[in-house]
Amino acid sequence: MLSFLSKPRIRGGIHAEENKAATATQPIIYNFPLPEKLYIPLQQHVGKPAEPLIRVGDKVLKGQLLAYSQGMISAPVHAPSSGIILDVNDYPAPHPSALPIRMIVLETDGKDEWIPVQVPLDPFQLAPEDISLRVGAAGIVGMGGATFPTAVKLNMGRENHIDTLIINGAECEPYLSCDDRLMQERAEQIIDGVRLMLHGMESRDAINRFSTKAVVAIEDNKPQAYLAMQEAAKSYPLIKVIQIPTRYPMGWDRQLIRYVTGKEVPVGCRSSEIGVTIHNVGTAHAVHKAIRHGQPLVSRVITVSGGAVGRPMNVEVPLGTLISELFNFCQVNTEQTARIIMGGPMMGDSLPHTGLPTVKATSGILALTASELKSTDEQPCIRCASCVTVCPAGLRPLDMANNIRINQLDIAVDIGLKDCISCGCCSYICPSNIPLVQYFKYASGEVAARQQAQHKSEQTKRLIDTRNARMERIARQQLEEEQARIAAKKERERLKAEQEALA
Amino acid sequence: MIPHKKLSSGAHVGANASVSHIMWQVILALAPATAFGLLLFGWPALNLFIITVSSAVFFEAFCLRLSGRMATPVIMDGSAVLTGWLLAMTLPPWAPWWVGVVGSAIAIILGKQVYGGLGQNLFNPAMLARVALLISFPIELTTWPNVSPLFFSQSPGLVESWHITFSGLENLDATTGATTLGFIKTEFSQNHLLSDILKDYSGILNVIGWTRGSLAETSALLLVLGGVWLIRQGIIQWHIPVSLLLTVTVLAGVFHLMDDQHYVSPFLHLNSGGMMCVAFFIATDYVTSPNTKAGQLVFGAGCGLLIFVIRTWGAYPEGAAFAILLMNAATPLIDHYIRPRIYGRDRKGKPLEIPKS
Repeated sequence: MLSFLSKPRIRGGIHAEENKAATATQPIIYNFPLPEKLYIPLQQHVGKPAEPLIRVGDKVLKGQLLAYSQGMISAPVHAPSSGIILDVNDYPAPHPSALPIRMIVLETDGKDEWIPVQVPLDPFQLAPEDISLRVGAAGIVGMGGATFPTAVKLNMGRENHIDTLIINGAECEPYLSCDDRLMQERAEQIIDGVRLMLHGMESRDAINRFSTKAVVAIEDNKPQAYLAMQEAAKSYPLIKVIQIPTRYPMGWDRQLIRYVTGKEVPVGCRSSEIGVTIHNVGTAHAVHKAIRHGQPLVSRVITVSGGAVGRPMNVEVPLGTLISELFNFCQVNTEQTARIIMGGPMMGDSLPHTGLPTVKATSGILALTASELKSTDEQPCIRCASCVTVCPAGLRPLDMANNIRINQLDIAVDIGLKDCISCGCCSYICPSNIPLVQYFKYASGEVAARQQAQHKSEQTKRLIDTRNARMERIARQQLEEEQARIAAKKERERLKAEQEALA
Repeated sequence: MIPHKKLSSGAHVGANASVSHIMWQVILALAPATAFGLLLFGWPALNLFIITVSSAVFFEAFCLRLSGRMATPVIMDGSAVLTGWLLAMTLPPWAPWWVGVVGSAIAIILGKQVYGGLGQNLFNPAMLARVALLISFPIELTTWPNVSPLFFSQSPGLVESWHITFSGLENLDATTGATTLGFIKTEFSQNHLLSDILKDYSGILNVIGWTRGSLAETSALLLVLGGVWLIRQGIIQWHIPVSLLLTVTVLAGVFHLMDDQHYVSPFLHLNSGGMMCVAFFIATDYVTSPNTKAGQLVFGAGCGLLIFVIRTWGAYPEGAAFAILLMNAATPLIDHYIRPRIYGRDRKGKPLEIPKS
């Protein structure tokens, strides 16, 4: 009973059919045939796009820097294989719109030749700042899908008092199992990455020196990953591996933070402000590779699954691989494919076609059949309030949707539109098949557009006002000058008259 | 390349639930109590039941056609059938045919479609119709036939039942009487004490439902079973039924303990009138009840309080329908004031403060 009381409450959430077994039981495939062309977007992260420093026709080696990071929040991009730069131009982005964004096109030469690298003998002798510099230079971003530059997070960790580093191994999205397999097969490397992250967040300041502990949280539907990670972590007392209940969206960073630490991140704050920072297991693995082997982030493990996939698997592919090549390799039945999804089925975006590249954020590509998809036959809301029950953020999706439907976006914002995390629980549970998340994304975009328009009109108004003021000032000056001139003329005439009178 | 399919964000997979699934599950949960009621009151009850449900469907289709919509898919969601069904359950079993038709018209047209159809109505349509009928036709709505089970020799046969349904009851005194609650109310007005009034009262028969009452509201037992099954199926939540029944039990218990000759016991409250039907099937109507757990507890308690107050001190022996309508009206208010706390914010919606470490 006491343990029941001390357990933190998990708010909302759903338990969807997992569909993980098809891929979670097989080892990661490493022999993906190297594609002839790779399409590498310059923006694969939150923040400013990277700036290319190569030219068309340049010969590059695997791991060579192609584009450098720009500004405070950004990440560089490296060559995923050796070859020749074919083009730097706009190509369709892996986004529902498939609008063109800037990409580097690399024609591979098949040698997959690494650039020579230097690695420190003992990275723990490096200064913590050095660790985050190397992580930043390796182009590592949050691999769970948020793609926030990892180095920036490590720096924030050094600046704040971090007492808990959470390693997110929840992988709560159905179908996906790339983190699960990674933990089963490369537990030691991940734990090493965690230790390096802990080192990278150590504060030099003796007063602020904290012994940050790390907690690896794994959903209890992955017992093998849990055992492997526990085995790998057993000689490091600062790293604890725990099991957490399987309930989507357990992997939502703020939900996990509350579950593990009991603390809630205030709205508008970063988790580091309350002494917690959170990274994905894939990120920890990438940190290990960057520091120990000097390898920048040029490939990742992707789950390819769904009813239309002939050979569902976890496969390591170079970044920039087109989805069509991935689908060929996994024998996807294009006729049966009703929807292509990048990411998981809860939060992932559907893609219009397969001619789009995989990026750092791509944890999975799903080809779902019509029978797997939720019905789109929309019916009226019956106020069953299931969406209120399942919302992990404590919102009332039905009220928000009703207000959005009648274009009362301000009210929707007032009742929490901006606190929506688009986790998809409400859309999942809705018996009337109302695409609630679609409503909220539309409304958020519309609100942003309106604010921009308002900002623009305010700017214009200010410009007009200043112009009017300037014109008035000029007119006044001209008038004053005119009057002065007339006065001077009169004065001259008066003087002249006086002189004439004297004469 | 795969051709362009309908793009959509958010959950691409979904739970196996649909509006019609929910409606048919509720109907299934109502079926045992309804079957028992039909058995108990025979052919005239079956006539009324069929007339009420089919006229509810008819009026739904009529309204949909009037607004230029396809009627069949909407009918198939089962909400009109459920409304008609619930209304029929609360009517006196031998009421004439036009009571069912007028009731369905009020429920579907005034109670639901004028608001904009499914999900838009403020009041529970069945209860709205029930109250409108009770106020407009008090005689027909308080004529309670004796228990006369199907196929018993004293019970009306099929032909006789058409006579009852279509041209009204004759020799009222021989075939009708008062419900338990109605009887208590009239006896109280003659200053009788409860111990005298309830001389012939049998608790067991009332729990099973072998007593005079509305068409399918008499069997507290079967209604509870249906309701518990619905909770187990996840169709309804426990909050409203539990808080409603608990409020009635506590209030009735306190008053009964203070004066057991003038205040009815909680046991009798729970298994008489429409208590169980209202608690599990009508107060839990999604559309007209609050959408947070806390709000539902308040709503249930409010219904319980009003039922007890109307039954105890009001002019009507049974107040469940009035209580539901009053609390329906309060639902938007409850939803306005009782909201879940948003993550990272306090109850007023301000961001939480960063704890000082």
